[in-house]
Amino acid sequence: MAAPGGFGGTDFKHEDEVVLGFTKSQLLAFGVMVAFFVVAPFFLYPVFLMKVLCFALFACAFNLLIGYVGLLSFGHAAYFGMGGYLAGHAAKVWGFTPEIAILIGGAVGGLLGLVFGWIAIRRQGIYFAMITLALAQMVYFFCLQAPFTGGEDGIQAIPRGSLFGAIPLGNDMAMYWTTAGVFLIGFLLIHRIVHSPFGMVLKSIRENEPRATSLGYRTDDYKLMAFVLSATLAGVAGGTKSIVFGIATLTDVFWTMSGEVVLMSLVGGLGTIFGPVVGAAVIITMQNYLAEFGAWVTVIQGAIFVLCVLAFRRGIVGEIGNWLRVRL
Amino acid sequence: MTTAHVTTGPGRRTLIGGAAALTAGAFSALPLTGARAQAANTIRIGVLSDMSGPYRDATGPGSVVCTQLAAQEFAGRGFNVEVIQADHQNRPDVGSTIARQWYDQGVDAIVDVPTSSVAFAVNTIARERNKVFLNSGAASSDLTGPQCSPNTVHWTYDTYMLAKGTGDAIVRTGGQSWFFITADYAFGHALQRDVSRFVEAAGGRVVGAARYPFPQTTDFSSFVVQAQASRAQVLGFANASLDTVNSIKAAREFGLHRSMRFAALLMGLVDVHALGLAEAEGLLLTESFYWDLNDRTRRLSTRVRPLNQNRPPAMVQAGCYGATLHYLKAVADMGVAAAKADGRAAVARMKAMPTDDDAFGAGSIRADGRKLHPVYLFQVKGPRESSGTWDYYRVAATTSAEDAWRPLAEGGCPLVRT
Amino acid sequence: MDEIFGIPAPLLFGQLLLGLINGAFYALLSLGLAVIFGMLNVINFTHGAQFMLGAFVAWALLSFLGLGYWWALLLAPLIVGAFGVLLERTMISRLYKLDHLYGLLLTFGVGLIVEGLVRNEFGSSGLPYRIPAELQGSWDLGFMFMPIYRGWVVVVAIVACLATWLVIEKTKIGSYLRAATENPALVQAFGINVPLMMTLTYGAGVALAAFAGVLAAPIYSVNPQMGANLIIIVFAVVVIGGMGSILGSVVTGFGLGIIEGLTKVFWPEASATVIFVVMAIVLLTRPAGLFGRA
Repeated sequence: MAAPGGFGGTDFKHEDEVVLGFTKSQLLAFGVMVAFFVVAPFFLYPVFLMKVLCFALFACAFNLLIGYVGLLSFGHAAYFGMGGYLAGHAAKVWGFTPEIAILIGGAVGGLLGLVFGWIAIRRQGIYFAMITLALAQMVYFFCLQAPFTGGEDGIQAIPRGSLFGAIPLGNDMAMYWTTAGVFLIGFLLIHRIVHSPFGMVLKSIRENEPRATSLGYRTDDYKLMAFVLSATLAGVAGGTKSIVFGIATLTDVFWTMSGEVVLMSLVGGLGTIFGPVVGAAVIITMQNYLAEFGAWVTVIQGAIFVLCVLAFRRGIVGEIGNWLRVRL
Repeated sequence: MTTAHVTTGPGRRTLIGGAAALTAGAFSALPLTGARAQAANTIRIGVLSDMSGPYRDATGPGSVVCTQLAAQEFAGRGFNVEVIQADHQNRPDVGSTIARQWYDQGVDAIVDVPTSSVAFAVNTIARERNKVFLNSGAASSDLTGPQCSPNTVHWTYDTYMLAKGTGDAIVRTGGQSWFFITADYAFGHALQRDVSRFVEAAGGRVVGAARYPFPQTTDFSSFVVQAQASRAQVLGFANASLDTVNSIKAAREFGLHRSMRFAALLMGLVDVHALGLAEAEGLLLTESFYWDLNDRTRRLSTRVRPLNQNRPPAMVQAGCYGATLHYLKAVADMGVAAAKADGRAAVARMKAMPTDDDAFGAGSIRADGRKLHPVYLFQVKGPRESSGTWDYYRVAATTSAEDAWRPLAEGGCPLVRT
Repeated sequence: MDEIFGIPAPLLFGQLLLGLINGAFYALLSLGLAVIFGMLNVINFTHGAQFMLGAFVAWALLSFLGLGYWWALLLAPLIVGAFGVLLERTMISRLYKLDHLYGLLLTFGVGLIVEGLVRNEFGSSGLPYRIPAELQGSWDLGFMFMPIYRGWVVVVAIVACLATWLVIEKTKIGSYLRAATENPALVQAFGINVPLMMTLTYGAGVALAAFAGVLAAPIYSVNPQMGANLIIIVFAVVVIGGMGSILGSVVTGFGLGIIEGLTKVFWPEASATVIFVVMAIVLLTRPAGLFGRA
């Protein structure tokens, strides 16, 4: 698949990377984001913010593949959902502390990503998307049939437990800071990956795979590695979500969830660092606050997607960056 | 570098401005923030339902209308009642976020909640936050079984009562051998299992079942033909909503109504409406409410119809009316402050008081949270018998409140032993 | 030959036949999708909503104008097709030069809007639509009763598929169309109005979906979700057949209908998943689908 339309054509100013691979404007945006998440829980409902954080991490993980390797996965719900189920099971049945449960979620996502990625990276473009979808649907079927997932009732009443066995997370604020911590680690990790030499190779694969191959890179290995990383972080996001909400259900493994994460990234801006975060915030806000408009939810959502594709193709962050001529 | 600063300047402001706008938007969409002053004397009820999915017509906006009606009829007892609503989109994550937010920001009771996965989530949160959960829309009898909670009342119906109502009646009138078309998920399995038990207890037998993938099945002809080949006398539909309508349509198309009796295990007024009387004629189904049952239900329907696109209330919607009314009675009885402070106490008071409303008549709430009222087996009228839209049922049998529901001891509810 | 794998032979034949009927719907729907993708390079995710609109228009024609099934079969595709033309002119035509993803997202959004509006207006539980009097009843095939209407669906679907294939492969218009997808600039240079052709092609693809919707109205409940459940399966059919291949989508549609039908006998729980298993296997062995050109 070609690089998503709209990128590369813009004449960005060259900005030097200052700290941790961030440019000045990115550092500023990062500061705004962190400040927002620090201040927000005092104004906005923390559980809602935690949901935003979980989905933001999920969208960032997805964006690692589409934005930087050019691979459109249409099956990311599998890693997110399975991570959620296993983390929930680990916390509820095996009695692990939340951080271990979340790590188990990530490991499951990563393992699944290794197997599925190994199968899928042989194909490109729409065929890659379709194989990932097909594999994810099989995971959905497994989750529907497997006894431990509780069918469509899901795993309910997963305990939040105590972080490191010491800090009880029943309190929403304690849970919030933990979730924010998980998100921030994930976010910085992705940023680090993208700006490492490894990330440079990924981007060169996106731009011109045959060329990267001719330069002696084993592109399949790189793609698989990126796939596994993306799936692992999706699993972490799913695991965190299970702990926060105390539930893991079939919604998280169904193909509509895979579609949702594509939409989040697109609305925010594909291939931008902050886009998926903003996109996740927008979509989750819509789900929650449009809920009071009852039946109009789907209509309004649809209208926003149409508007995005027709008028703001770079996504919110992409458009802002383009307008300011900086990469965000 | 100076120019760079000039260009990033507005950006920074825009970013912050954008965040502020988002925040402001979030606040204005929140019906609960502010107006704290009179909060102490206001009971807040949130209707959390499916406004945009397959259960919309049987629950959804009609549930909101019925809840509001109960609130209006109870007005003027020294406290205010405010009803708000939200769409859970049949997603447990959306439903549980809204439920938490509502409870944390002053909602005292959540009403309706169809879809058992969402209902279980709300059940847990209500208990955790010590608030009230009045379930009308979900079917799972586990809500008053292993998952029962001192903060929850399960008002309208459940899988056990559906299974007993229809299964028992059909076996007793000669339907001995059964074949099931079952939606492959917990609700379908529970329904099939419960009906099978009644069928076998009454001397009948189950000859087979076809489990189809839910929710991805649109064509039921294959399962219908399997049912026909089984040579069973009764075809049980262990599914709900659109699937029920589609599978019955297919069964009639393949002429099964000539050799088998149909038992729709969860079917309501709106499903009959969707199927049309020509195809639904003669179906037996179990409900605990029908608008044309007696004078009181007709009076209720007259009050609801102008507010509900001229539709009479469906069973689950009537349940929202009854549950809300009884909750408000309990609140009036114990005092607003006490009811707001302790959801468990409010539910205990609801259980202590006898219930009486236009939808379900006189009844009571059991220790496990199960609301008890009579259950009816209805037979769907033919197009010629019906006097018009919504005149769909004739009462075939009535089961008393004592016999209709799962006995207290069989549910496995931990509250009962203590 | 009474039993095959423990299943009575007549039952198995019956199921094969039913699979074929389902396949007819898949073929008809994926045909429209394949035409649109093959000619316009757009993945039309509104296809499910347009299928649903076809059924609703049929219902509306009957309820409000008293026009029955046969009129609906003619008028509904035209009405919904006109809606498609409008959609193509105002929105989709702006996306031809961009990645597939944008077309997919745009049409997905339009689908959400259409479904939401229909649901607000007509509710979610569905509306009754009866089989026309001429096609009621069933044939006794010995091993099962075959409703006449289902037989009619298969015949009509095969005719529609053949007709579409003939138009595209054997007529002048079809050859222009094929040429235009290969090299629009050159075809334009020959004095052919390529944008108009694109618009009409999209309209035709949408009309096919609406046509399938009218066919489906009497046997499935007419409800806002009826298309959403099918779209992902139909999409898989198109991919397996080879994106844009008309013959591929038709053959795969019928083939998958049969495979799904057999799964419904042996392991009904897996009948929705089997299509994805087939898709994964096909894509791993034949990257461009069964009939696609790599």
